[in-house]
Amino acid sequence: MSPFDLTIAQAAKALRAKDISAVELTTAYNGAVAALNPRLNAYITTTPELALEQAKAADARLKAGDATALTGIPIAMKDLFCTEGVRTTAASKILSPFVPPYESTVSAKLKAAGAVMLGKANLDEFAMGSANITSAYGPVENPWKRREDADAKLVPGGSSGGSAAAVAARIALAATGTDTGGSIRQPAAFTGLAGIKPTYGRCSRWGIVAFASSLDQAGPMARNAEDCAILLNAMAGFDEKDSTSAPQPVPDFTQALTRGVKGLRIGIPAEYRLEGTNPEILALWDKGIAWLREQGAEIVDISLPHTKYGLAVYYIVAPAEASSNLARYDGVRFGARVDGVDLIDMYERTRAAGFGAEVKRRIMIGTYVLSHGYYDAYYLKAQKVRNLILRDFSNAFGKVDAILTPTAPSAAFGLGEKMDDPVTMYLNDVFTVPASLAGVPAMSVPAGLNAEGLPLGLQVIGKHFDEETVFAVSAAIEQAAGFAALPEVRAK
Amino acid sequence: MSLDAATVRRIARLARIRVEDAEVETLKSELNAILGYVEQLDEVDVDGIAPLASVVQLGLRQREDQLSDGEIAEQVLANAPDRIGNFFAVPKVVE
Repeated sequence: MSPFDLTIAQAAKALRAKDISAVELTTAYNGAVAALNPRLNAYITTTPELALEQAKAADARLKAGDATALTGIPIAMKDLFCTEGVRTTAASKILSPFVPPYESTVSAKLKAAGAVMLGKANLDEFAMGSANITSAYGPVENPWKRREDADAKLVPGGSSGGSAAAVAARIALAATGTDTGGSIRQPAAFTGLAGIKPTYGRCSRWGIVAFASSLDQAGPMARNAEDCAILLNAMAGFDEKDSTSAPQPVPDFTQALTRGVKGLRIGIPAEYRLEGTNPEILALWDKGIAWLREQGAEIVDISLPHTKYGLAVYYIVAPAEASSNLARYDGVRFGARVDGVDLIDMYERTRAAGFGAEVKRRIMIGTYVLSHGYYDAYYLKAQKVRNLILRDFSNAFGKVDAILTPTAPSAAFGLGEKMDDPVTMYLNDVFTVPASLAGVPAMSVPAGLNAEGLPLGLQVIGKHFDEETVFAVSAAIEQAAGFAALPEVRAK
Repeated sequence: MSLDAATVRRIARLARIRVEDAEVETLKSELNAILGYVEQLDEVDVDGIAPLASVVQLGLRQREDQLSDGEIAEQVLANAPDRIGNFFAVPKVVE
């Protein structure tokens, strides 16, 4: 079997059986990165030498019998995780000179488990975007192509678009992502991958460049639910360095994969059947419902009445938090600086040159909704509606064990589409944002192809800290869907 | 309610982002599109609903009042644009 077709579970087995060494596996992936990244732009920074060093250490651990499920597994790290000694840009010009002297908790845990880092994956600037077109380091190309139009470049989704493209094109075995309003799930859906946003508080935010602190959550993106479970086992856990980290025990998520769905109650929210939604998406959703019913789940119609307000709440709360978090980029102690005639002029020139258009728009919206005279009308109001959205989920989870919805309202779209105004782009997140606002775990799994040959995902939403049920349902969908399609552009 | 050019300039000033004259009209229409979209929240009745700042219901933890790190001046200063000894050398920030 080609090293590019392996899942994490298969690669770990092959490494233990000495069918392949970690150095051989990493060398193969380093080569694939060098060959395909110039085209896909999935990585902002590649670290082939570091990867090789880590692979050598992994081989030593394998030999000593001290290996974990991730030892020697080559992965991509979203360039939002601070990595000691490796430039971390958040896809922004303002952080272009930044080399962190410390390691984020999540990347440190993966490092400690023996994972090999191939490089830092591209993303939307400060994770603000749904198509990976706001990166200061250029857009990412989706390795999937429309059947009838193989020349058209499609977006990989965002913000974790580089992570998604890298795993889909087999130039990483798996990747880390972060999700604030759908940034793991939507790109996973656009590239035929599995990806989970865990419960808010499950993975430490320490050392992740902050976007919207009450929503940001790290998670894995991989070829299937099992690989996501293996990664989440290593990434999750309490961290005293993150004030909102949850002191919850971390179960072995892989154990949940084979639980099945027999007897589970699966909620189908009426409000996600939006008018004008692509009929292919709705048909796939119906298929997903049928698969779960066939496997013994009980399908329950539910209502999440405030769903339609999710995006509006999100586009007040997230920019408000972003405007506060990004105030630190002032050009004084680190990052890029543009000199000015006085202090304020220096700040203004530094931030005008250092931030891209989408980041500036969100900082300005955030500044406005927090400003004197508008705080109550916008920010406070949004926080109250956010409470109603949380209540919707709490009520629903009184009746059901998990919720099934589509992940995104469309398949991957073309580079340059949906650019008419910012709101058109924001609508991509309509199905993913509510779970983010409520802090509940949610996973996207590939469930089929559309008529153009592009992957579509289904989303499974669970109760707070019940990722296990999410994994059980996702694995059941995965099994029924038998998704085996591969993108046009990939390492072979 | 929609923003006028003067308000866009005021917000940019508050956000410490320099905006050129030629950018104001575009920004105005983009920001107004976003504010126009979020105005649908006006139709939601939130009487008696508490604002939700975080889904984590925990109080803030307090750590032991003990030194846990330090003596890492080189790391702290690693990204300083300029330094004098163990200090950041920065433009004049107090006027």
